[in-house]
Amino acid sequence: MNWSLPENVSTFGAQVDSIYYLILGITAVIFFAVEALLVYFLVRYRHREGRKAAYIHGNTRAEVIWTLVPFLIILFIAFRSRTVWLEVKDPERMPPGALELRVAAKQFEWNVTYPGPDERLGTADDFVRRGQLRIPVNRPVRVTLASEDVIHSFFLPEFRVKQDAVPGMEIPVWFQATRTGEFTLGCAELCGLGHYRMRGTVTVQTAEEFAAWQREQSRAGLAAAN
Amino acid sequence: MSTIAIPQAGVHAVHRDERSFIRKYIFSTDHKIIGIQFLLMSLLFLLVGGLLALTMRWQLAWPGRPIPGGGILPDTMAPDGIILPEFYNSLVTMHGTFMIFFAIMPLLVGVFANYLIPLQIGAPDMAFPRLNMMSFWTSVPAGILMLASFFVEGGAAAAGWTSYAPLSAVPEYSGVSTGQQLWCLSLIILGFSSLMGAVNYITTVINMRAPGMTWFRLPLPVWALFITAILVLLAIPILTGALILLYFDQVLGTGFYLPERGGQPLLWQHLFWFFGHPEVYILILPAMGMASEIIANGARKPIFGYHAMVIAICAIAFLGWIVWGHHMFQSGMNPMLGSTFMFTTMIIAVPSAIKTFNWLATLWKGDIHFTVPMLHALAFVAMFVIGGLSGVFMASTAVDIYIHDTYFIVAHIHYVLFGGSLFAIFGAITYWFPKMFGRMMHVGLGKVHFFLTFIFYNLTFFPMHQLGLGGMMRRLYDPTQYAHLQPLQELNQFVTINALLLGAVQLLFVANFIWSMFRGKRAEMNPWRANSLEWSVPSPPPHGNFAVTPIVYRGPYEYSSPESDEDYLPQDRPPAARPVPAPDLVPAH
Amino acid sequence: MFELRDSVVVLSAGLLLAGCGAGDSAGGGGAAAASEETAAPAAVVDPTTVGTISGRIAFEGTPPAGKPIDMSEEPTCAAKHPGGARTEEVVVDGSGGLKNVFVYIKEGLSGGPYPPPTGSPVLDQNGCVYEPHVLGLRVGQRLTIRNSDGLLHNINAKPTANRTFNISQPTNMETTRSFAVPEIMIPVECDVHGWMRAYIGVVDHPYFAVSAADGTFQIANVPPGTYTIETWHERYGTQTVQVTVAAQQTAEVQVTYRDQMAQNAVVPLGQPIHLHDHPAGARAGAAEGGR
Repeated sequence: MNWSLPENVSTFGAQVDSIYYLILGITAVIFFAVEALLVYFLVRYRHREGRKAAYIHGNTRAEVIWTLVPFLIILFIAFRSRTVWLEVKDPERMPPGALELRVAAKQFEWNVTYPGPDERLGTADDFVRRGQLRIPVNRPVRVTLASEDVIHSFFLPEFRVKQDAVPGMEIPVWFQATRTGEFTLGCAELCGLGHYRMRGTVTVQTAEEFAAWQREQSRAGLAAAN
Repeated sequence: MSTIAIPQAGVHAVHRDERSFIRKYIFSTDHKIIGIQFLLMSLLFLLVGGLLALTMRWQLAWPGRPIPGGGILPDTMAPDGIILPEFYNSLVTMHGTFMIFFAIMPLLVGVFANYLIPLQIGAPDMAFPRLNMMSFWTSVPAGILMLASFFVEGGAAAAGWTSYAPLSAVPEYSGVSTGQQLWCLSLIILGFSSLMGAVNYITTVINMRAPGMTWFRLPLPVWALFITAILVLLAIPILTGALILLYFDQVLGTGFYLPERGGQPLLWQHLFWFFGHPEVYILILPAMGMASEIIANGARKPIFGYHAMVIAICAIAFLGWIVWGHHMFQSGMNPMLGSTFMFTTMIIAVPSAIKTFNWLATLWKGDIHFTVPMLHALAFVAMFVIGGLSGVFMASTAVDIYIHDTYFIVAHIHYVLFGGSLFAIFGAITYWFPKMFGRMMHVGLGKVHFFLTFIFYNLTFFPMHQLGLGGMMRRLYDPTQYAHLQPLQELNQFVTINALLLGAVQLLFVANFIWSMFRGKRAEMNPWRANSLEWSVPSPPPHGNFAVTPIVYRGPYEYSSPESDEDYLPQDRPPAARPVPAPDLVPAH
Repeated sequence: MFELRDSVVVLSAGLLLAGCGAGDSAGGGGAAAASEETAAPAAVVDPTTVGTISGRIAFEGTPPAGKPIDMSEEPTCAAKHPGGARTEEVVVDGSGGLKNVFVYIKEGLSGGPYPPPTGSPVLDQNGCVYEPHVLGLRVGQRLTIRNSDGLLHNINAKPTANRTFNISQPTNMETTRSFAVPEIMIPVECDVHGWMRAYIGVVDHPYFAVSAADGTFQIANVPPGTYTIETWHERYGTQTVQVTVAAQQTAEVQVTYRDQMAQNAVVPLGQPIHLHDHPAGARAGAAEGGR
């Protein structure tokens, strides 16, 4: 079993992971310090006959210190998190030149609409794949996320991407794969009795492979329509 | 012990109790009986919630394998003992609902606010005894409705305890119609019960404190319960309003939460979490207060930084209102709003840290007695640290992207609500049991229960952090369906085995509770040698509590005071005639 | 605590049945067993006089080909369709017979009582498709829903007059359900496999059939009389035809669907039907007015 986070295959994933390890480091130190102190006190000051506890009500200086130090630590964490958060989620910072996709969630499937070779959605050469998210490597992908019925959550664990799909809203999501391979697409928000099986596959291909697949699927779609 | 004080103004005789059995024990207006009624009811619901959780864990460890004894379940839940996905969703939903609304919340607020507030502030009863009775008897039909929903067509609610719309609003989406409506109705009714209680607690604390019981001489449980009652009073109406809208969507065809009818699914989430985050503090503040009481008593030492503790409680309660958005980072809410909520959420860690360090400092240079309540209170501190620290991961918007809606959250909430609240509740029950029933709980059984619970609790819930980090989503009927979760299946089985053991160990507590009620060692008036006023009256206290209205001379944590030859000094003991040196507020170096 | 709509449905179902004066009272929702046990005291249909309606549904024109179904995510199911699976909207055999047409007597029956339903029709989920695609059922008759795939299917039935249900079958198993009032037709879907679709026709008499692969169908044991028969197809809509059945004779019926009919076809889904128009149209006017 793997005791750390799963492999990361997205550009911003490493930054998300670095914040995770930063917090893990800080909290681990605090955790061990506090629990060690607790155990030490329990042993050191356990009841012995004839001894009386110290009559102490407080100490302002100590209390100010242990108010300010946590405050500064968490402000530091918050500022570091904010930078990464906005890079992932702020629509205005999403990179240009992205492959535009549309993902419509419904009980219990992910329907991905791909543009044809014209690279534009909403034209006749678009095609839809159920539960198959196929993307080129090293190129940003911008997904417009929608839902037809209830709230679902678009979860790509290896990409460190998660975004709820909300009916009545169109929410932009972006990511960029750093290597080719097969990865997981899952639903992270309870969406009904088939929630546990609302899954799909993410296939990352080279730009050439993707373009060839896109052309072929688009042509097949047009032929079937006519 | 010299509590039989000089005659005072305000003497009221403890009249002979001539009420009928029904008026005395069933439709009682006595706050102590009502507290015990809440205790028995919520312990029952705690067992129900636990059984639902174990059923769920079975499915997670061995998906699709018939559950032992599951053959008695109807085919709509588990044909041949195999749990159906829709029943699993009901289990998830009802486990959360029962634990939060019918077990932990009434255990903390219903039981201890009722039992402790009048006794600790020196009052004969609550300000509104009949309202108090009504509060309990309103919660009973709410509980019955919730239980009954398992047996209606379509089964119990299955949209999660957070009941996100549109899944909760449209029967075609969840497959549940009547159950979903009963869920709303039950919680609306329960809300009225909570409101009646809250009004009562607030009024009582403000108006009925004994002479000399100033605000800063209040025991910390009273402070925590008072602030909690204010949170209840402000938060519950929001939930009730949101539930009424949801009920209208379900029954009348309105569309408050449905986009196709002009509504907004996120509206439910905002309303729910605007209630829900204060609710989280409703579920932990009283536990903090009671743990403080037990720790000071067990360490035989004044609580460190009493004023800071009170301020921290107030700060947590206030900040609790402006952090709700951290439940919605991935909901599609504006990402700028996410940053704002991250900062407020991070700040709430500060008062929590203050409390933790103050508990530690209370132990420092103490004279620590490892009584059963003390063991539970110490476990509360140790586990609350984990629950608090794991909260920092979720508060960080960036890390939350990955761990949101995974088992990491499940681990976190159980470290706060089980490791935190429930350990404090076990401690508090053991601590005040002698006062409630006039008998001590069995110590040996208590210690065995504590240690086994502590071990199996950690073995159950700590690995859930790892399940979450491995990418296991919440509320998943069968994790093996995902390739990336298959390597985690052994860990899921490990968790389930420990959960089953954890559940089995709780039978020790049930046995101890029942046995001690009838066969336990007779309790004296003040078995823990504690300072607060409830220990100055017989165990159990008579109707009307105090034969003579007590007069309070000092704060509740005067342990090991040089003023007293013993290591404690009750709040109502008159000061000695001889002059005493001013207490040293600065630790000697 | 019942939903307003449900009580209206139950109430109207009760009124409907009471109005028919039927011995075959299905009572409230889901009382399948009760209806079987308390069914007609004795069959009023004289077995020596009954006839048969036999016929064929033909298709003229070029039938549209079924759309290929991408089952790549469910290897178990894909393996059951070596040639690849296609949707079953329009299935026409080499001789021009149209499959999956629901045929039933719409008007002209006396209103029963009828012999109680026997057996429990099976709706099988095999290879991630429903088998059969179109199914007829009596009111109150038990429908056996079977999962032969060993993977999760949910059965989301979307009637309007009957109670909806949405149940799951995570593994190989059988579940039974029934419908309380007649309804033409009830769509059934699986949300896990969006392509799966079936239709159930629910009538409160035994005179219905579904056309076979060659388009033929047969309705047996029909009492002599003149009837209006309706045929229902999911794409081309309904057609009605009059037929007179003589004692111990077989009445032939021929219905033809054409490709062009798809353009303005009315395909009833989820419509409660009023079946018991009295013989010879004596009260047909009243029945019409009642709609």
